[in-house]
Amino acid sequence: MKRALLFIAAAALAVSACTGGATPQPTAGPTTGPGESDAPAPTDTSLAGTKVEVFGAFRGDEGTRFEESFKAFEDATGVDVLYSGSDQFETLVNTRAEAGNPPDIAAFPQPGGMRRLAAAGFLTPLPQEIIDAIDANYGPGWKETGTGDDGNVYGVFHRVNIKSLVFYPKKAFEAAGYTAPTTWDELTALSAQIKTAGSSPWCVTMESGGATGWVATDWVEDIMLRSAGPETYDKWVTHEIPFNDPAVKEAVETLGSIWLDSTQVYGGTTNILSTNFGEAATPMFENPPKCWLLKQGSFITGFFPDAIKADLDAEVGSFAFPAIDPQYGTPALGGGDQFVMFKDRPEVRAFLTYLTTGASGSTWAAAGGALFPHKDQDLSAYASALDRAAAEQLLAADSFRFDGSDLMPAAVGAGTFWKGMVDYVSGSKDLDTVLSEIDASWP
Amino acid sequence: MATSSGVVEAERPGIALMVGLAAVRLAASLFVPLIAFVVLWQGFLFLRDTDAPKPVVAGVAIVWGVGGVALLYVVANWVVGRLPSRWGGRVLPFVFVGPAIAILFAYLLIPTILTLVYSFQDGASKNWVGVDNYVFAVTNPSMLEAIRNNVLWLAVGTGGSVSLGLLLAILADRVAFERLAKLLIFLPMAISFVGAGVIWRFMYAFRPAGEEQIGLVNALLGAFGIAPQGLVQLQFWNNFLLIAILIWAQTGFAMVILSAALKGVPAELLEAARMDGATEVQVFQKVVIPTIRGSIITVSTTIAILTLKIYDIVTTMTNGNFGTEVIATLQFKQSFTFFDYGKGAALAIILLLAVTPVIWYNLRRLRGQEGFR
Repeated sequence: MKRALLFIAAAALAVSACTGGATPQPTAGPTTGPGESDAPAPTDTSLAGTKVEVFGAFRGDEGTRFEESFKAFEDATGVDVLYSGSDQFETLVNTRAEAGNPPDIAAFPQPGGMRRLAAAGFLTPLPQEIIDAIDANYGPGWKETGTGDDGNVYGVFHRVNIKSLVFYPKKAFEAAGYTAPTTWDELTALSAQIKTAGSSPWCVTMESGGATGWVATDWVEDIMLRSAGPETYDKWVTHEIPFNDPAVKEAVETLGSIWLDSTQVYGGTTNILSTNFGEAATPMFENPPKCWLLKQGSFITGFFPDAIKADLDAEVGSFAFPAIDPQYGTPALGGGDQFVMFKDRPEVRAFLTYLTTGASGSTWAAAGGALFPHKDQDLSAYASALDRAAAEQLLAADSFRFDGSDLMPAAVGAGTFWKGMVDYVSGSKDLDTVLSEIDASWP
Repeated sequence: MATSSGVVEAERPGIALMVGLAAVRLAASLFVPLIAFVVLWQGFLFLRDTDAPKPVVAGVAIVWGVGGVALLYVVANWVVGRLPSRWGGRVLPFVFVGPAIAILFAYLLIPTILTLVYSFQDGASKNWVGVDNYVFAVTNPSMLEAIRNNVLWLAVGTGGSVSLGLLLAILADRVAFERLAKLLIFLPMAISFVGAGVIWRFMYAFRPAGEEQIGLVNALLGAFGIAPQGLVQLQFWNNFLLIAILIWAQTGFAMVILSAALKGVPAELLEAARMDGATEVQVFQKVVIPTIRGSIITVSTTIAILTLKIYDIVTTMTNGNFGTEVIATLQFKQSFTFFDYGKGAALAIILLLAVTPVIWYNLRRLRGQEGFR
C-alpha cells in the first residue's frame, strides 16, 4: 500500500511536471493494432443513463488523468462513471465490503488485497468475455496476477509500472563515451570503467519512511528473476522454497556485491540507508556526475530535479536491467492497479472490457507518467520517449512478474523482508541470520 | 403511608381518578420518548441511505446530532418530571450521568474487551489460538528488542525530562528573565511528536563526506574535523538520540508544573530551615523536595505513561529500523500493515498491562485528594 502511495506521489509529480499543452483527441473508435476484436461497440447506447462507481487508491492529478482516460467510454455509451480515490483505500474498501456497501469496481494496488476479498466471497469472478479480452490483449503474467486463490480471474490491469529500468544522465554518459549495456558482463565492465574514471557507478538510496526497505526488495526480486528464473521466483513468493534457499541467498549476495562495496555506490551504505529514495538521482545530475546508474521504477523520473524534468528526454536515458543468466532472457518486474468487480451489471462489464483496450490508455500516455500493458496500444501516444521506451520494454520482455513483496503476505513483504534488508545493508546481522529470520516469520 | 379512617370515604372516587391519571401519565411518558425515538431513527435512516448533496447531508447531520442530544435530554428530563418526586430524585442523576457511562461503555470498555478476545484469536479473528499470540510476543526477537527499548524510554525518558525540568524550574525561579526562559523551554510542548520527529530528522541528517552537511549535529562534527555519521543508524545508541527528542519536548511540561509547585513552598518554611542552620542543599533535599513530592509524582507518572505508549517519534525517525523498535510501533505494524489483528491485539493488551500499574498508582494517590473522595 505504502509503495503504491509513493508511486502515486511520484507519478503525480511526473504528471504535474509535464507541460499540459497536449490535448489529445480521445479515439473511441477502433484503433490500429493486433487483437482489436474486443473494442467496445462505440455506438451501443443501450446502457445510457446507468452509473458505475469506481473506487481506487490514486488521487489528485492521477485521478484526473484516469477520469480523462474513460471520457471516451462515457461519451460512446452514455454510462456515467464516478471515480473516487482515497489514500486510505485498503482500509476503506475492506470496511465497505464488510458493511455490504461496496463500490461497483475497485482498483487494488496490491494483489493481496484482491485475494483477501476474493477469498471472503465479496468479489465476482470476471465473465469469460473479459478473460478472453485479457488473453488476447495482455502479455503473460497479467492474468495470473489477477487470479484469486480459487483459480478464478478477478482483476483487469490498466495503468501499470515497470521496475526493471536503469536510468543514466544522458548528456554526460554520451560525452564520456559510455554505452548502455545489454548483458550483465557489459554492465560489470561499464561499472569498472566508471570506477577507473574516478567516480561511483551506482546511485542507490533507500530511505522511505514507514516503507523503508522496498528499494532493496525490488533489487532482490529483479536479480532473482534473472539469476534463478521466473519459475523459481514464483516458488519463492509463494513459499514453496524456503526464504533461505540458496537461490535467494545468491540473489541477495549479488545485491551485496554492489551495495556493500563502497567503491560501487556513491556515499556507501550509510548514505543508502539515510537518504530518501527520491533523492538518489541528485548526485547523478551534478557536473561531473558523482554516480551514473540508477535502477528504479518508471515513476522515479517524477523525483528528478526540476531542471532535469523540464527536459527529460534530452537529459535522461534508460536501459533494461540486463540479463544475468542468458536462459531466462531479460524479464520485467512491475506492478499496477487491478480493477475488480463487486457487482455484476452490464455497464460494469462494459467498463472493465473498455479498460482491456489499448485505446483506454491513450490520453494518459499522452499526459505522461503512465504505462499500459495492452498489446494493441498505440506507442506513438506516449509523449515522452522515456515512457515509450519503458512501454516497449514491457511489451518485449521475455517474461513479466509482479512485484514479489506485494505478492507475499504483508508480514513478510511489507515487514520482515523490508526490515531484513535494512539489517543486512546496515551490517547489523549476517545474511544467513536475516534470511532464516524472514523464513521463520512467514505466517 | 398512614391514612386516617376519616378520609377513606372521600378518597374512593379519587382512587379511580388517580388510576386514570396515572394511566394517562404512563401513556404520555411512553408516547413522548417513543416519538423522540422515531424522529431520531428517521434521521439516522435518512443519513445512512440518502443521496442528497453533501452540504444538505452535513446540515442534517449537525441538526440531527446536536438537536438529537438536546432532545434526548429534554425528553428524559420531562419523563423524570412525570415521575413521583421520590423516584424522580433517584432517577435524575442517572439521566445526567447515563450518557457519559454509555459512551465510556461503548467506546472504551467494549473495545478493550474485544481486544482481549481478539488477542486469543488468529490474524483474521476467526479461530481460537489460545496464548499463541502472547507466546509470539515474548519470544519474537523484534518484540524482545521492543521491550528492552521501552524500558530505556521509561527510565531515561522519564528520568531525563523530570530531572531536567526540575533543574530548570529552580534555575528559572532565580533569574530576571524567568518568563522568557520558561516560554522558550515550554515552546516544544506545542509541537506534536510527529512534528518534532520531522524537525529532528534535520538535526540528525546525514550527507556523504564532501557534501555540505544539512544536519546540525553532523555540521558540528564536521567543524571539529570528524567525518559525518549516520546518527540514527548507530545501533543501541540511536535509542538515546530518539529519547533526546522526547526530553526536548517534555522538559517544558515538567518545568512548568514543578515551577508552580516550587512557588507554592511556603517562604516561612524555607526561612525556618535556614534559620535552623540548614545549607541550601539540605533545604532542597529535606524541605523543598518533600513539599513538592506530589507534583513530582504526577509529572513522572504522566511522562512515564507517555514513554510506554511512545510511537510517533520512533515511526517518523526510523520506523523501528536499526534496533529502535518499541511495543507500540510493532502493534501498529501487526494490526494495520500485516492485518494480523490477533498479534496486534496481544501487543495492545501487553501495553495496557504495562501502563495499568502507573495509572492505578496515580488513581490511588488522587483518591487521597479532595475531589475524589
